[in-house]
Amino acid sequence: MHGTHGAGPFGRGLAWVTALYLVLPILIVLPVALTDQRFLSLPKEGLSLQHFHTVLTSAEWLGSIWQSFTIALAATALSVVAGTLCAIGCWRISRRATDLVRLLMLLPLIIPSIVYAIGLYRYFGPLGLLDRFLGVVIAHGVTGIPYVVITVSTALAAFDPRLEQAARGMGASLTQTLRWVILPRIAPGIFSGAIFAFIHSWDELVMVLFIASRDVFTLPRRIWDGINENLDPAMAAVAVLLILFTLLLLLADRALRRRSESA
Amino acid sequence: MRLTGWWLLILPALLLVLFFYVAPIVQVLAISISEPEPGFGNYERLLTSEGVQRVILTTLRICLITTFLALLLGYGIAYAITLASPRARGFWMLAVLVPLWISVLVRAFAWVTLLRRQGLVNNTLMQAGVITEPLPLVWNEFGILVGMVHYMVPFAVLPMLASMREIDPRLLAAARGLGAARAQVFRQVFLPLSMPGVIAAGVLVFIFSLGFYITPAILGGGKTLMVAEWISLQILDLIRWGLGTMMATVLVLAILLTLLVFSRVVDLRRMFGTGG
Repeated sequence: MHGTHGAGPFGRGLAWVTALYLVLPILIVLPVALTDQRFLSLPKEGLSLQHFHTVLTSAEWLGSIWQSFTIALAATALSVVAGTLCAIGCWRISRRATDLVRLLMLLPLIIPSIVYAIGLYRYFGPLGLLDRFLGVVIAHGVTGIPYVVITVSTALAAFDPRLEQAARGMGASLTQTLRWVILPRIAPGIFSGAIFAFIHSWDELVMVLFIASRDVFTLPRRIWDGINENLDPAMAAVAVLLILFTLLLLLADRALRRRSESA
Repeated sequence: MRLTGWWLLILPALLLVLFFYVAPIVQVLAISISEPEPGFGNYERLLTSEGVQRVILTTLRICLITTFLALLLGYGIAYAITLASPRARGFWMLAVLVPLWISVLVRAFAWVTLLRRQGLVNNTLMQAGVITEPLPLVWNEFGILVGMVHYMVPFAVLPMLASMREIDPRLLAAARGLGAARAQVFRQVFLPLSMPGVIAAGVLVFIFSLGFYITPAILGGGKTLMVAEWISLQILDLIRWGLGTMMATVLVLAILLTLLVFSRVVDLRRMFGTGG
């Protein structure tokens, strides 16, 4: 479209202002994390890595990072298996018949997590799942399903159903068709879904505030306490590490997509 | 039936969602009419309690302002992306997508660092001699709005961008060729054609804002309560399950109602990109 009709100065100005508003505030945590002061501030005399050192040698921060990581891995596995199978089933069965299923799968994106969190708080009590690794994994895994269903459905939309029919016609069982025909084709979609489900669990706070307390203390929970209680440069260091980690995951997603496009 | 096998694939997700998602939420709705005593006593508070009404009005006000600002700012970027060269397009998309995936806690923390009394904004302004007293930029409604709009702009951009990309560029070129000024092309051709995307984005941002918890809780400082924080206060601190679940039910109904009203304009499945 370029060359024929571009955005005017006002439109472009507004876009610039918005882009700066979106990106700059996030970047501010980097100099703050490198400050040589003991309190939240910009560096005065020079840059210092002491706050990164504080975080990376703290048993509490490392423990929470590890907990968040294992929970996110387990929750992602749950979301990916359930979400992928569901998306394939919905794709193969007619759209009409599965409309309700698809709608149900999207619910966690629409209903605020605070509503789900208070429900779980009561629901998990009798089941003995409060403050348990398994409880948090289930909560994160179930709410991660929509991300997988969406990315896998998108991948399936570009997949020719006749391939599946041909495989079945030649006598392949359902499992064989899945394993050898469908899954390899939609693998990039599954990986994307996995990355989104992972980030979802890794960042999730609201549910954890309600269903975990002492034994399960994830990274977002520790950051939340930090913001509310002691604002110090170590928090900025954690923020920087988190940003780097997220960028890494996004780059991985991008690389996977590019590879699947060129293949 | 050969379809039975395919239905079995759906089963694990269906059971998980029914037992571990739908059931807990149904329970929330049930508590709102059973505690502290059976009946609609909790819902009467909607009409009688000033506190309840104030929270709802505050939430609606903040959500409407957030939606308006997110649409305005998001429109600018979506417009620039649509009309940009492929290379510039990649750059603009980065500005939208990277914040989208950065943790909401990191973003709230960054805003606190910038906006608090001894924060970077106030310090800079004081050193420059522009102000003598720190401005109250955070732990109030202003802080909530800054943080919420920041969070919501990417969600506004995506649906608007999807609809703008469907606008045929030849229409704009034709309008220019027929002698329309740039502003005229925008007002009479581009803007009307992009409206479905604007409405979809507006609905999306509005319903996300209604139940938003973390950003308002951190940047609001506990004085400006929105619905989600009020619910958590009722349940975690005051142990008033009936009231908390009543508000949760009202919240869900408000969201479903908004979606229903706009269901003709907003295709949910397209909005979330299930490719249906």
